[in-house]
Amino acid sequence: MENLVYIALFAPFVSSLFAALFGMSQRQVFVGIVASSLLAISFISSALLAIHLYTTGDVIHVRLMDWINAGDLHIPFGFIVDQVSVTMMMVVTLVSTVVHIYSIGYMDHDKSFNRFFSYLSAFVFSMMILVMSDNFAGLFIGWEGVGVCSWLLIGFWYHKADVTREENPSISPSWAANEAFIMNRIADLGMLIGLFIIYWNTGSLQYDEVFAQLPYLSETILTTSAFALFIGAMGKSAQFPLHTWLTDAMEGPTPVSALIHAATMVTAGVFLVIRANPLFSMTPEVSFFIASLGTFVAFFAASMALVNRDLKRIIAFSTLSQLGYMFAAAGLGAYWIALFHLGAHAFFKALLFLGAGNVMHAMHDELDIFKMGGLKKTMRWTWLYMGLASLALAGIFPFAGFFSKDAIIETAFNEGTYVLWAILVITAGMTAFYSFRQVFLTFHGDERYKEFGIHPHEMYKYVLIAMAPLAILALVAGFGMHQYEAFITNLLPEYHMSEHTHHLVVWLTLIVSAFAIGGILLAYVKYAKGLKRDTKLENSFAYKVLANQYYIPQLYEEFITKPYKIVSEIFWEKVDLKIVDATVDNIAKTLYKTGDSTRSMQTGNLSNYLNWMAVGGVVLLVIAAISAMLV
Amino acid sequence: MYEMIAFYLFSALTIGLFMVTVMSKNVLYAMTSLASAMVLISGFFFILGADFLGVVQLIVYVGAIMALYSFAMMFFDATRDIKEKNTNNALVFLLGGLSALVLVLIFAAPIHSDAIHALYPIHEGAGNAQDVGIVLFTKYLVPFEVAAVMLLVAMIAGIILAGKKMDHSLTKDLDADDEILVVKDRK
Amino acid sequence: MIGLSHYLIVSAIIFSIGLIGVLRRRNLLMLFFATEVMLNAVNIAFAAISHYYNDLTGQMFAFFVIAIAASEVAVGLGILIVLYKKHGSLDLDNLANMRG
Repeated sequence: MENLVYIALFAPFVSSLFAALFGMSQRQVFVGIVASSLLAISFISSALLAIHLYTTGDVIHVRLMDWINAGDLHIPFGFIVDQVSVTMMMVVTLVSTVVHIYSIGYMDHDKSFNRFFSYLSAFVFSMMILVMSDNFAGLFIGWEGVGVCSWLLIGFWYHKADVTREENPSISPSWAANEAFIMNRIADLGMLIGLFIIYWNTGSLQYDEVFAQLPYLSETILTTSAFALFIGAMGKSAQFPLHTWLTDAMEGPTPVSALIHAATMVTAGVFLVIRANPLFSMTPEVSFFIASLGTFVAFFAASMALVNRDLKRIIAFSTLSQLGYMFAAAGLGAYWIALFHLGAHAFFKALLFLGAGNVMHAMHDELDIFKMGGLKKTMRWTWLYMGLASLALAGIFPFAGFFSKDAIIETAFNEGTYVLWAILVITAGMTAFYSFRQVFLTFHGDERYKEFGIHPHEMYKYVLIAMAPLAILALVAGFGMHQYEAFITNLLPEYHMSEHTHHLVVWLTLIVSAFAIGGILLAYVKYAKGLKRDTKLENSFAYKVLANQYYIPQLYEEFITKPYKIVSEIFWEKVDLKIVDATVDNIAKTLYKTGDSTRSMQTGNLSNYLNWMAVGGVVLLVIAAISAMLV
Repeated sequence: MYEMIAFYLFSALTIGLFMVTVMSKNVLYAMTSLASAMVLISGFFFILGADFLGVVQLIVYVGAIMALYSFAMMFFDATRDIKEKNTNNALVFLLGGLSALVLVLIFAAPIHSDAIHALYPIHEGAGNAQDVGIVLFTKYLVPFEVAAVMLLVAMIAGIILAGKKMDHSLTKDLDADDEILVVKDRK
Repeated sequence: MIGLSHYLIVSAIIFSIGLIGVLRRRNLLMLFFATEVMLNAVNIAFAAISHYYNDLTGQMFAFFVIAIAASEVAVGLGILIVLYKKHGSLDLDNLANMRG
C-alpha cells in the first residue's frame, strides 16, 4: 500500500520531468500521451487506495524522510492517506487525467505543447503534496507550488501584448498571471502568520499533534490563528476581497482554467478549512464569518455572472459562487457536505470548462456569447455535455449538484441562519439563470457567428470520449451521497439535521428546485429563441455596475495599484538611486580611483620597490614601538 | 677601561667607514671602506670574546667576499665614478633616521625579562673555538651541513653564471688581435 | 661600563646606514655593499647578545649569516656579470622592464 502512495504522488512528478526534457523542442504527441498515462497511473493508484480505505478503514501514514531538523523543529516529509485526502486525490487525479487527455487535442496547434504538459503535471504534483501532506509545512509547500504553477500556466501565452482594460478586462496573460500571483502572496502572508502562531503555541506542525494541543490554547490564540489561516484560504479560493484574480486567470489556456481555476487549486482554501476543522469548530466567530463571507461571495459572484458576455468568465464567476457555497457549508460546521460539494462541483465544473474549450476551439478563440448561437447543430456532443453540466450546476434533480447544493442550503436553514438561507436560495435561482443563459445563447437560437465568417466544427472524437467520465460522474455522483457520508464521517465530524428541518426537508427542496427551474425558464424565455438586446436594460445603472464587476478592478487600480506605483517611483528615485545605488557606485569608484592612483607605484624599478618596502618596514617598526610603549 | 676605549673607537670608525661605503661615488672607495669596516667589526667580536667568530669574519668576509668583489669589479669599469640618480635624499634620511631612532629607542629600553636562560652556555675556561666546535658539530650539525651544501650550490651557480661566454670581452667589441684574425678569415 | 644596549645601539645605527644605502643607491653593486652593511650590523647584535647572555646560540646564527652572505655574494655577482653582459650597465633605472 505504501508503494501505491508513492506512485500516486510521484507519477505526476515523473511526468513533469519527462515533459520538461522536451520543453524546448517541437510539439511531440507522445509527450502528451506519456504524461496522460502517468496521470492515469496516479489516478488508478489513488482509486486503489480509496478502495482499500473504504473496505478496511486503515489510514495509511508514510514518512518519506526527514526534511527539517533544526533545534526543536522537526518536520518530516510525511504523507497521510485518510478519508479527506483520498477524496481530494481522487478528484484531483481524475480531473487532471481527463484534462491531460483533453489538452492533447486542445493544444494541438500550440508550439509550446511539451512545455504545457510539463507545467500541468508539475501542478498536479504540487496539488498532491498539498492534499497528502501530514503537516502544515508540507501543505504550505504544495500551496506555494500550485501558486507557481498557476502563475506559469495563466501566463502561458506570455507573448501577448498588454491592451487597455476597456478592450480586455484582464489586460494580458502576463498581467493576469502577476495579478493572481501577487494576490495569492498577500493571502499567503496571512497563512504563514497563522502557521507561525500555531507552531509558536503548540511546538509542532503535524496535524494530529497540533489538533491534540488545541484544547489547551487560549481563545485569542485560536481565533487569531484560525483567522490568519482563513486569510490564506481566501486568497487561494478567491474570496472577496481577493477575488479579482480568478476571472482574470481565464487568460490561461482553457484546460488550465478547467483543472486549476475550477476543479482543484481554488478548492485548496476549502480543503484547508476542512483539514483544520478541529481548529475552526473551536472558533465559532471565525466560522460564522466564513459562512457569511461564503454566502456573500456566492451571491456577489452570481450577480456578476448574470450580465457577463464572456463564456469563460461566466463559468469563472460561477466557480466563485460555488466556492462561496462550500465556505458557507464549512463555516456552518457541515464539513463533509462542503467536501462533497467540492468533489461534485469539480466534476461538473471541469466538464463545463472543457465544453467551453470545445466551443472556443470551434469559434477560433471567440468568447463573446453574443456572437455565438445555434451551435447545437454542429456541436451536438459538446451541447450535451455542457447542458448536462449546467443542469448539475443549477442543482436540478437527479444531477450531482442537486444533492450537494441542496444539502448546503438545508444546513443554512438548519442552523437557523435564515438570512444566509434566503440568500443562498436566491443565488441558486441566479445560478440556474446565468448558466442557462449561457447555454441558450451559445447553442440555441439564430446563428450569429455567420456574420463573422466562422465555420465551427466539433472537437476530436477522443477528446469527447475522454470527457465522458466527468459527464457520468456529474450525473450519478449525487446518489453516492449516503455511502460517502458513512465513509467520510470516520474522520470529519458528523452533521445531522434537526427534527424540525427533517420535517420540512421536502418543502425546502421544493423551494430550491422551484427557484432553479424558475431561473432556467426565465433564461429560456429570454434567450432560447435568439438574442434580443434590450438597450434600455443594458444602459441602466445596475447593469453597468454588474458588467464592470462592481468597478472593483478599477477601484483596486485607482486606490492601490496607482498609489503604490507612485510610492515605488519615489522610493526608486529618492532611496534606490540616491542612496543604495550611489553607495554601491561610490565603493566601485573609490576602488577604481585607488587602483588608478596607485598604479604609478608599479614603475618596474627595483629601487622604487625597495623604497616602498622600507617605508612599510619603518611604519611597522613605529607601530611596534608605539604599541610596546602603550603596553 | 680598555674595552670602553676600544668599543668607542671601533664604533666611530665602523660608522664612519660604512657612511663612506654608502655615500661614495667611487666603487673602489666604497669597497675599500667596506673591507676596512669589516676588519673593525671583527674587532667587536674579539672584544665580545667570540674569537672564532672574529677569525671567521676576517677570513670569510675580508678574505673571501671582498676578494670576490674585487674580481667581479674587474669585469665592470671600476675606475670611473658611478653616475646614478640617487633617490631624494630627504626621503632617504627621513626613513633611515626614523628607523635608527626607533631601533635605538627599542634597544635602549631596559629589558625586563629575567626568564632568558642560556640554551648552550659558554663554558668558563674552555676556549671559544672548542665551545663553538662542540655546539656546531652536535646541536647544529644538520644546519651546518645544509649550509655547506648551500655554499657548494652557490659556488657552482656563481661559476656557471659568470663563466658563460668568458671568451668575449665586455668592455670593447674587438681587440686588435681579433681584428687581424677576422681579416685573415676574410681572405 | 659598556653594556648590551651600547652594542645594540651601534648595531641599530649601522643597520640604518645600510638601509640608507639600500634606499639611495641605484647601482646594483653598491646595493650589494649596502646589504653587506646590514648583515654585519645584525652580526654585531648576535655576538653581543651571545656574550651578555652567556649563550653560544647567537654566535651560531652569526656563522650561518656569514655563510648565507657568502652564497649570496657568489650567486649575486654571477647574476650581475650576466646582467652587465646583457645591458652594459648595472643601473637599476635601465632595468625597468616590469613597468606596470
